[in-house]
Amino acid sequence: MDVEPDWFAMAGNLTLELPTDLRTIEIVVESMIERGRNIGFNPDRLRLNLRVGLTEALTNAMLYGNRKDPDKRVRILAQFSPHEINIVVTDEGHGFDPVGVPDPTTPVNIRRARGRGIFMIRQLMDHVEYNARGNAVTMKLINGPGGPIAHAS
Amino acid sequence: MSFDVQRVDSVTVIDVKGQLIVGNRQELKQRVLDELEGGARRFLVDFAGTGYIDSSGLGVLVSLSKKIREQGGELRLANLNEDLRTLFELTKLDTLFHIANNRDEALTSF
Repeated sequence: MDVEPDWFAMAGNLTLELPTDLRTIEIVVESMIERGRNIGFNPDRLRLNLRVGLTEALTNAMLYGNRKDPDKRVRILAQFSPHEINIVVTDEGHGFDPVGVPDPTTPVNIRRARGRGIFMIRQLMDHVEYNARGNAVTMKLINGPGGPIAHAS
Repeated sequence: MSFDVQRVDSVTVIDVKGQLIVGNRQELKQRVLDELEGGARRFLVDFAGTGYIDSSGLGVLVSLSKKIREQGGELRLANLNEDLRTLFELTKLDTLFHIANNRDEALTSF
């Protein structure tokens, strides 16, 4: 599998460029979780919150941002510290309006097969922000002793 | 991800092993649809060997449940770990599915 990691770690910062290939997602997410474990981050928040946030952001970038175009790339910027993890996922698409994403838990939407990814990111990461173009999402996960549910928004 | 399919009385039981995510969800969907087309109507997906389901995997379960109901059948779930329970509760999909604590409970409740 052609992940072609372009890691350069410096003071907890790293960047990674991925091809638009869904098979790379699990590999990257697991390595990020491992990185968090190595700096003592709460394993519950890595196993669920970080996994959800990063998996869904990468999936959206590849499926909807880059529209499965294998020639387009997804860029990850990540900053790890014992206190928080900040990750920016950027695709090469035209972007979207995150305000217009419907709530997938309403009676009207709950039987729909799609539309849960952004909701799950917002529920499980402590801060989520999109750039003006809508092709980059910035996510923050704060370390803490609590359970897996995000303690801030 | 891999899965085993077996028949227990009138129930088609699918054991999912590994993560059910965007990269592999279609394999599970197609296998269940094949069983449905072959006449199966009662389905149990056992997640005892599953650590994680992403939004695409949840979407496949919603889609399959709808298709099975349209044929007069039912899809039930069992053995969700704590993280998976949390995801079903967050998305309120715990209100849409019959979720049993274990396989025996699910099979006897059909």
